[in-house]
Amino acid sequence: MNSVSRRWFLTATAATTLSVTVAGCGSSGSSTSSPTGNVDFWTLQDPTNSVQKTAVDTFNSAGKGKVTMTVIATDGYKDKLRTAMGSAKMPGLFFSWGGGSLNDYVTAGKLVTLDTALESHFLPSALAAGKVGGKLVGIPCRGTQPVFLFYNKKLFADAGVEPPTTYAELQNLVKVFKGKGITPFALAGNASSSWTELMWVEYLVDRLAGPELFDKIQGGDWSQWKDPAILKTAQMIKELVDSGAFGKKFGSVAYGPGGTTTLLNKGKAAMVLMGSWEYATQQAEAPDFAKNGLGYVAFPSVEGGKGDAGNVVGNPTNYLSVTTSAAKQTATEFLKTTYSDSYVQGLVEKGEVPVTSNAAQYLAKAADPAYAKFQYDLVQKAPSFTQSWDQALGLTLGTPLLTEIQKLFNGQSSPEQFVSAVLAIKK
Amino acid sequence: MRKQRVRDRAAPPTLERPGVAWAVPGLLFFLVFAVAPMVGVLYLSFTHWDGLNPPQFTGAANWSRFFGDSQVWQSTTVTGVLLIGNIVVQAPVSILLGVWAAGHQRNRAILSAVFFLPLLLSTAATAIMWRQLLDPNFGLPAKFEWLFGSNPMGTQQGAIACLVLVTTWQFVPFHSLLYQGAARAIPHTLYQAASIDGAGRVRQFVHITLPQLRNTMITSTIFMVVGGLTAFDIVLLLTNGGPGTDTAILPFSMYQTAFRTYDYGYASAIASFLLVLATGASVLLTKLSGYDKMTSTMEGL
Repeated sequence: MNSVSRRWFLTATAATTLSVTVAGCGSSGSSTSSPTGNVDFWTLQDPTNSVQKTAVDTFNSAGKGKVTMTVIATDGYKDKLRTAMGSAKMPGLFFSWGGGSLNDYVTAGKLVTLDTALESHFLPSALAAGKVGGKLVGIPCRGTQPVFLFYNKKLFADAGVEPPTTYAELQNLVKVFKGKGITPFALAGNASSSWTELMWVEYLVDRLAGPELFDKIQGGDWSQWKDPAILKTAQMIKELVDSGAFGKKFGSVAYGPGGTTTLLNKGKAAMVLMGSWEYATQQAEAPDFAKNGLGYVAFPSVEGGKGDAGNVVGNPTNYLSVTTSAAKQTATEFLKTTYSDSYVQGLVEKGEVPVTSNAAQYLAKAADPAYAKFQYDLVQKAPSFTQSWDQALGLTLGTPLLTEIQKLFNGQSSPEQFVSAVLAIKK
Repeated sequence: MRKQRVRDRAAPPTLERPGVAWAVPGLLFFLVFAVAPMVGVLYLSFTHWDGLNPPQFTGAANWSRFFGDSQVWQSTTVTGVLLIGNIVVQAPVSILLGVWAAGHQRNRAILSAVFFLPLLLSTAATAIMWRQLLDPNFGLPAKFEWLFGSNPMGTQQGAIACLVLVTTWQFVPFHSLLYQGAARAIPHTLYQAASIDGAGRVRQFVHITLPQLRNTMITSTIFMVVGGLTAFDIVLLLTNGGPGTDTAILPFSMYQTAFRTYDYGYASAIASFLLVLATGASVLLTKLSGYDKMTSTMEGL
């Protein structure tokens, strides 16, 4: 008895020590998988899960293999995925935001390059973030989420003004609303919400220098932050902050209900720069306002800038990727369901605006067809759709970048300090 | 008679310490869940590891970066400020509240029950609730601008004050509970003797209650120090380390480095430093206070 327990004790200790120090070190998963079979599919918990579930069930009953869907809550999804991808338990198919998060997985050799024939089924501007180094590794699986300006129609009617189409008009509106005691732009500036500040930087850089500048940065040339357009953007942001465009309290304001969303629908703020999901957020908090009082318009052009005013920034869409551990034939076969008529129609009914080339015909069935069409047209006509920088760069570079942007907005760094601090992020 | 002798033999009347075998389950636990991860963290602090590829040994690269990193020093300072702020605010409040709650009057019992409610809430729930309460447009600062300022989370002082406020709100009940129990254990004879000698309420409190609570104060302070060094959830949920990096305390920096920027090697260096700091602090506290000698406050009674 004694010797048994002692041996067990030693084994257990050794095993645990080993598993703590070694197991996490990423033994690459066994990739000796057969072409068909069971594929684990990890997806994010959201309102479109039921559409995905239907697609999975339909696929499974067709007998071309089996897909098992696992729904994971938003908080911690990326951590969980990252940990799993470093272990032998990685999923076969997974949901992602594209861009930089896929970059690391491609470098580590975890992803399967997909057939380029799939591209013809989607809008070109939405496919860019699914490619890494020219290779297609992610297929759009949800609606598009461009960023644009939302405004309170009643405040604009009362002030007798129109939403801005140029930056000069935007600056003028700041004066108009400030004079009336209304915050011109609601901005969530607390430390958890600096991604809303990033949207301003993205659009201003795009309008000043065009999408090519960030393309180069994303491509690995970090010295491009020295471009004069970056400094100019930082100075424009400082001017906006100093002129009271965001009010004085934005550093404590949170995103969403109880924060920016409420400021807009209560008429305390006139405009907000936000992703297309703002509509749904308003609908949940103030249904009447979302229906009658909420206006939307593309981000204005900037005089003298090189960028096309039709360009869009935001989340082109979300993506499905296939890993090397998947039964390849089953997984790639399943990808075809993402542009099937029933899947696209299901997404539209959930309020999404799919980026498939066959989506236009279904938009009339959306809850608010005008809003759906506005977004679809915006994305379809956009010469370029720049993915949110934090997603495009990946968290390793995106997280410190967000911190620096926050310091710029808070006035903790000057525009010049901002540029040098961002340059110092990647050594 | 016979029975008596058997019992004597079974339990020798010496004060022997229990055998080593008794410590095995505890040691095992400690080895598996504390020592092994610590060794792992130390090892990782000498590597570069992104979580996907195998760790690469990089020698002291993380450590030389660590000692030149201004962010680390800012984090250490903020951790210290928060720690001291929490002790300075919480200790007096919880002593007074605990001693007051030790009385047996019915109204005190009812009010104590109300005061202890925050103890039942998770830190996550507390932080989210306070984040709403501290909204500058719709929360408390909108009504009490003289107290909170217009932009409490937008400045370093404001954000630190908010963290202290919320931590105090959440943990004062716990420390009061410690003091309540300790205050009830103080013998009544001491107070009776003092009042015969003509000591008033304040003198009784200063000369009897406070000295009698000495060991509890040490316990409570150790809890606050250790809790303060590992408090991370409240920072993550309330300020997210902001504005900028102004409230990024060490555990938060560690989390951010490991799980947001996937630099596990450097995060392990921060973790090792935190380990040294926490061990040092609790050793220092026990030595300074003579807690390890465990002298009774009941001497002479």
